Amino acid sequence: MNELLWTYVGWPLVKILVILLALVLLAAYLSWFERKLLAYMQIRLGPNRVGPKGWLQPIADALKLFVKEDLTPTFAEKFVFLLGPVLIIVPALAVFSVIPFGPSPNLFVTDVNIGVLFVLAVSSIGVYGIILGGWASNNKFSLMGGLRSAAQMISYEVPMGFAVVTVLVMAKSLSLVRIVEAQKEAGVWFVFPGFVAFFIYFVCGVAETNRNPFDLPEAESELVAGYHTEYSGMKFAFYFLAEYANMVVVSSMATVMFLGGWLRPFPNVAALAFLDVIPPLGWFLLKVAFFLFAYIWFRGTFPRYRFDQLMRLGWKVLLPVSLANLLVVAYFVSLPGGKL
Amino acid sequence: MAELEATVLAGEEMEVSFGPQHPATHGVLRLQLKVDGEKIVDAKPIIGYLHRGTEKLFERETYPQCIPHTDRMDYTAAATNNQGFVGAVEKLMGITIPPRAAYIRMILAELQRIASHIIWLATHALDIGAVTPFFYTFEEREKILDLFEEYCGARLTLNTMRIGGVPWDLPEGWTGRCRKFVEELPKKIEDWERLLTNNRIWKARTVGVGVIDAEKAIAWGLTGPPLRGSGVQWDIRKVFPYDRYDEVEFDIPIGKNGDTYDRYLVRMEEMRQSVRIIRQCLDRLPDGPVMAWVPKVIRPPKGEVYFSVEGPKGELGYYIVSDGGVTPYRVRVRPPCFVNLQALPELVKGHLVADVVAVIGTLDIVLGEIDR
Repeated sequence: MNELLWTYVGWPLVKILVILLALVLLAAYLSWFERKLLAYMQIRLGPNRVGPKGWLQPIADALKLFVKEDLTPTFAEKFVFLLGPVLIIVPALAVFSVIPFGPSPNLFVTDVNIGVLFVLAVSSIGVYGIILGGWASNNKFSLMGGLRSAAQMISYEVPMGFAVVTVLVMAKSLSLVRIVEAQKEAGVWFVFPGFVAFFIYFVCGVAETNRNPFDLPEAESELVAGYHTEYSGMKFAFYFLAEYANMVVVSSMATVMFLGGWLRPFPNVAALAFLDVIPPLGWFLLKVAFFLFAYIWFRGTFPRYRFDQLMRLGWKVLLPVSLANLLVVAYFVSLPGGKL
Repeated sequence: MAELEATVLAGEEMEVSFGPQHPATHGVLRLQLKVDGEKIVDAKPIIGYLHRGTEKLFERETYPQCIPHTDRMDYTAAATNNQGFVGAVEKLMGITIPPRAAYIRMILAELQRIASHIIWLATHALDIGAVTPFFYTFEEREKILDLFEEYCGARLTLNTMRIGGVPWDLPEGWTGRCRKFVEELPKKIEDWERLLTNNRIWKARTVGVGVIDAEKAIAWGLTGPPLRGSGVQWDIRKVFPYDRYDEVEFDIPIGKNGDTYDRYLVRMEEMRQSVRIIRQCLDRLPDGPVMAWVPKVIRPPKGEVYFSVEGPKGELGYYIVSDGGVTPYRVRVRPPCFVNLQALPELVKGHLVADVVAVIGTLDIVLGEIDR
């Protein structure tokens, strides 16, 4: 009985707690990483006052947000205003329950056989947090930000979905663990046969997380701060945290689906076995870090798209390309002997 | 299709108060926007939040005391503001300044033009979402401000010209440092252009945005880069040369389409031309005094005068009426930003909210000068 309790309640709870804490900490330190990296790209120093080299900056930021006055605008829709941050942070964190950080069952909370669908479904709930938060603030700039975000996230979900389907066709499974194993069996990361899908997925991912150059919902020079203009204190922190958590989700998914998750490069080439000195979890984190770096790199380089251009890119470029790509990949997979 | 959009897709119009506290209005400009969704139906600039009564102040200060007040109009281009005012008084009094003073003025004015264009580029790019150019450009601006500081002690409100010349000779070694700076600058401008000029997103955001043709630009009274971006070759330095601009060689860059992108290219080229002018000035810098003989108490003869210089933002003119006393009877400033801002509603109508910030950026306004 005790053993059963441990297997089904105790151990998962421990794993959830560890992942949750690690994730929140990771998201906080991602903000430090971003500020520092962006600073170096822009010939600045970045945070360097709190702790050695600014290492304690995220902690200080969190403390500051904790003790800040929690304002609710007088004319805001109080309940919905409160609901917004909840709706964005919960899905952002819940998605991590199915992401496999490594091969051993101890390194992921659960392996759902429809893992990919779960991720897509749960993460798209997040848009409600943004649109409701923007609407409930009773601020015109927030409303515009919320509407932009709704349009943007929905349009980019479609090509993203097709990019993901391409992977499913290659892996013949919806389980994220299975997708990684399929890449091991194929001996090649899916990024090589599916580089178009990979590209589309990452572009859509950047748009999904409202990051530069697709950061229109919170375009500070146009909409002040967009949907979270009126939010302060911990409520703002939730939006902030969710944005970074979502970045980690998109990066993790890209890693799992295209860069072989925890696998080392060319997992079946024995000559490269020395690469195994880095544990699977290390490989996984390295790849995620690469994507996160790309995010910040984009931010340091690109101007921002305009709303109509963003829509055009999504519907008129990415969607047809992703569809065509899906057909091509499906054709090659269905060929007799098409081993992918 | 357009009709269908008008009848079926027309939503409820919303009024948005854009500013005066807004990160992209370059100060305290307020725009009353009427928007249909994200589309601009009407825009009405509301100004006056930074009114300090500068023109009235001129009336109760002696002529030399007015000069520091001109610094504070377009605070990103103090040197050209000084140049216009002292030029007007000199024209009224019939003073010819020594050649060395004229060359120093030209160097300072062109450095100021570069500094002002740098602020424009940095904030314009920032408004369109590119953060990085801001830091790269401001590093160079810092060097210009250092040069200013070394010359006159101030970095922003320079107060660096006097009626009859310039107050000081150049410090020792200054010309060398200035030359080093202008030799290095073109490479930096290339760096900035590499980030933006051929960037697809930058082009998407600026090409065809805020278009104004030459005829309309003239009708609105635009001057400076907004006018030249529409293809009109008009530069006060060339058409009514002051100081010694007739002795140096430079081109007037012009655009073709009169859109935001062309104005961007015009200003980038203007920085290069300014470098060219400074180089020639440094080569030819004559020896001699830096002040003409002027009476201790400046009392211009009774009369009126209009004198304008090519500021970084356009034609900056001073109209001075003198009653023969120690203070001007009336000073009227023709501020380029104020006149250029007029065209804003025309430029943004039918565009999207995001274009408003692009157009404000491309007009390069400074509220200190608009409100005075």
